[in-house]
Amino acid sequence: MSKMVTLSIDGRSVTVPENTLVVDAAKMNGIDIPVFCYHPKMKPVGMCRMCLVEIGRPMIDRATNQPVLEDNGSPKIQFSPKLETSCTTPVSEGMVVLTRNDKVEAARKEIIEFILTSHPLDCPICDKGGECPLQNLTMRFGSKEGRFLFDEKMHLAKHVPLGELIWLDRERCIQCARCVRFQHDVVDDPVLDFHNRGRSLEIMTFSEPGFGSYFSGNTTDICPVGALTTADFRFGARPWEMKPAASLCAQCPVGCNLEYTVRREAKSGGATVIKRALPRQNESVNEIWICDKGRFGYHYTQDPARLGQPLVRRDGELVPVTFEEALKIIAEKAAHQPFQILAGGKLSTEDLAALRGLAQESGGKAWLHTYMSGGFTPHYGLSADANLGALGQGDAVLVAASDLHEEAPIWWLRVKQAAERGAALIVMNPRPTRLKKYARHVIRYAYGEESLAVAAMAEENLALAGEEIRAAAETLKSARNLVIFYGSEGLGLTGSKGLEQALADLLERGGFTGRENSGLIGVWHAPNLQAGFELGLPPAEGLADLPAGGVLYLAAADPAGDDPRQAAYFSGREFVIVQDLFLTESAKLADVVLPVLAYTEREGTFVSGERRLQRYYPALAARPGLKADFALTALIAKSLGYELEGRAASLALEKLAASQPAFEGLNYLKLAEVHEQWPQVGGSDLYYGGTSYANRQGLGKHLSRAAKPEPDAAPLREGIRDVPKNALRLVPHTRLYDAGSTFAPSRLLDQRRARRQLRIHPRSAEPLGLQQGSQALIELEGAPFTAEIVLDETIPGGTALYPRSLGVPMNAPFHAVVKPVFDKSAS
Amino acid sequence: MLTGLWQTLKSVFEKPVTISYPEEKRPVRPRFRGRHVLTRYENGLEKCIGCALCAAACPADAIFVEASENTDEQRYSPGERYASTYEINMLRCIYCGFCEDACPTEAIVLGDNYELSFTDRHQAIYTKDILLVPVPEGGKPTPQSVEPGKYDRAVPEMKDPAD
Repeated sequence: MSKMVTLSIDGRSVTVPENTLVVDAAKMNGIDIPVFCYHPKMKPVGMCRMCLVEIGRPMIDRATNQPVLEDNGSPKIQFSPKLETSCTTPVSEGMVVLTRNDKVEAARKEIIEFILTSHPLDCPICDKGGECPLQNLTMRFGSKEGRFLFDEKMHLAKHVPLGELIWLDRERCIQCARCVRFQHDVVDDPVLDFHNRGRSLEIMTFSEPGFGSYFSGNTTDICPVGALTTADFRFGARPWEMKPAASLCAQCPVGCNLEYTVRREAKSGGATVIKRALPRQNESVNEIWICDKGRFGYHYTQDPARLGQPLVRRDGELVPVTFEEALKIIAEKAAHQPFQILAGGKLSTEDLAALRGLAQESGGKAWLHTYMSGGFTPHYGLSADANLGALGQGDAVLVAASDLHEEAPIWWLRVKQAAERGAALIVMNPRPTRLKKYARHVIRYAYGEESLAVAAMAEENLALAGEEIRAAAETLKSARNLVIFYGSEGLGLTGSKGLEQALADLLERGGFTGRENSGLIGVWHAPNLQAGFELGLPPAEGLADLPAGGVLYLAAADPAGDDPRQAAYFSGREFVIVQDLFLTESAKLADVVLPVLAYTEREGTFVSGERRLQRYYPALAARPGLKADFALTALIAKSLGYELEGRAASLALEKLAASQPAFEGLNYLKLAEVHEQWPQVGGSDLYYGGTSYANRQGLGKHLSRAAKPEPDAAPLREGIRDVPKNALRLVPHTRLYDAGSTFAPSRLLDQRRARRQLRIHPRSAEPLGLQQGSQALIELEGAPFTAEIVLDETIPGGTALYPRSLGVPMNAPFHAVVKPVFDKSAS
Repeated sequence: MLTGLWQTLKSVFEKPVTISYPEEKRPVRPRFRGRHVLTRYENGLEKCIGCALCAAACPADAIFVEASENTDEQRYSPGERYASTYEINMLRCIYCGFCEDACPTEAIVLGDNYELSFTDRHQAIYTKDILLVPVPEGGKPTPQSVEPGKYDRAVPEMKDPAD
């Protein structure tokens, strides 16, 4: 506990920790000091001068080093002759701060007037108008009339694209540098900077494409004026016209808290639609940030291609029918048949529980559609009040087989911050990633040998271990907490299983299991895979793992879309039901296709990779006739004579909590609990968090630790070892901007979307005749495909990296012959 | 009874207070608040910049505005923003004139047309095409293709704020 300091602010005696800034000390005690450039998540710079206050300190007699006393015995206060910036001044004992006297008020008025000298005051057409700190503070502290005529003001470009996502209005910029500092200090993507000085100062981006950062949208939130706006929302609506709805991001397992703001739209025929996604504060999950994938990735929920009516196969064609008819057909065909269910990680916890229930009742089995193994995370994962934000000096973070910056940017940010606070970061990856810069130990291994490397660290098998592994093992010995992230780079399900068990073993041997801030986190490819593992669903890479016969029921899973060869497994089934948002490749092969509500139109819960159970609320009204996944599954069960909870998501969770120990004691009310968070954002004082919303709808709760799983004999090496001489080993990696069905409809990011590229070391490429930028044919048996060649010296030899979710029909390592494709027109 | 008859007889020779509407129409007062119009500048550009302050001010929630972005090739109004959708539900409107007050560009004006009739509710929604005044003489219809940088200011300077 740090030392406490007592001072007086506006006559009130307050006690705050030492080194707190005056502006924060005031805020903690309910006194607002206006700011523009200061942001509690960044170091102060004192650029805008808005936070000027009068500060006095006790007078010290230089001769005696004792405080000088007034006649009445109180210490004599010496006020500095000029006002001081409260954002750069730390508190000191006995300090007297005055924030509301005439001198301060006059200074604020002058600063506002000074800032407005070159501000266009075009609030009526400004996207920030209505939630703008400059507007609010001008109304509160500014002068009623401006002495500067518009024609005498600076006239600058009003439409400067910083890339295609974020646009800059140079006239509105007040040069507070929040965006520049955010990019430099918070997310370490220094792609923005000031150019020139004084009146010529302007914000520039020098990346290609412009403003190349996965966090760029956050700058529009923290911009205290309307200088930075997103292309996605530009002129979309006025802030007061939109209704906010609390939700979660469904793009990755971090579980960032979001606020969707919705409004009726003429373009959509008068329907209410989501206009934008903004971060909702949760200091234990995403603080007040979200990545651009989460901000711009919601478009699929309102894509016109979504299914609106059930389809049934008649004479080989899928024809639209009513729900009653579809259920009747299911009741006829599926009666007394075991249900083999493949469920996707995009379903809510309640949906997965309902599917598991249906499988059990019918004598079948439910599987989780994933190429990652996570059966150990319910026991070894985080629980209780774990918080990545609390990791620091003395703790260790291990990131294995994951490029966190691409797979889960907010976790990357949290790990980076933990490392900056002093936590020892160990990065294990066959090639360098963005985390390398912050790592204390970097362990390189060959693709396929990740489990061996971990085992070496756990057992200190020095014969195998290199110097780095030994050093890392030494660090782990003295660590207080150990958080392990494991991803899926270069791994399929088999390799993932081996890695997971090796990492669990590492936690166990180090004695980390059961410690508050220690555990295993899977960097999943879907928002709610964790819930599937909590429910004990076994993972399945595809339909080959499911037993033949019976009814095949796919929910939010599209194996045929991922890999056309999976279509073979559809034949030989009595009946195939597909439940999805879109008419996927798998749906095209089904007997019955059932449309469902998007997660933005219903209630539900997701379990984040950190095992935090969080609630999302309906942002939009349910589409007429459609039902949520769990309700639909319950209806199917009912038509077959089984009883499942399908009335409300909250009841479904209560039922789950009664039977599943990890969920014990949790219900929707508990998940909606909030407590005060620092810094306070989203109030009437928009100047702190910008347009991040305060969290009033629930911070979520951690699941409790599940029983210890039985280890099975997992292989320590990924299967692909014996690569034929003329073939290449191809391993998967994940890119953030992929072409998955829930992200592809966000057309705005098309320019930045990763392409189907094969990354290969120049030395491996040369003998095969592959050149930078050329097309290559990968002769994968049954599903050959082409990809663009990218020469990359960081890729280990004999191996090529292919991206997931970009049309490559594989998710696991494989080997194949790679040949250049010669352009016929050129020859 | 005689007094009554005398009154009747007297009225016969008085000038009638009624007029034969609709052939004849009474002129409206200068500050009469009738059906809205969306005005234009002399060059034909629309005054409305799609700021939706009229919708915010409307106590009856009768106005719906959606904005889009101007370009110099496709310019509807000065500045960056114009109203791509502008609808007033005349059944909801209470003709209070708050929209007129809120408008920063004097684009929406309550005119002197009081002859509104509809046969169904959909007709009561007046769209932008109905509300916009015709292009003045010498002006061009919108969207216009204009020289870059000429119309970059959305809100005109107000000569006299009290006006």
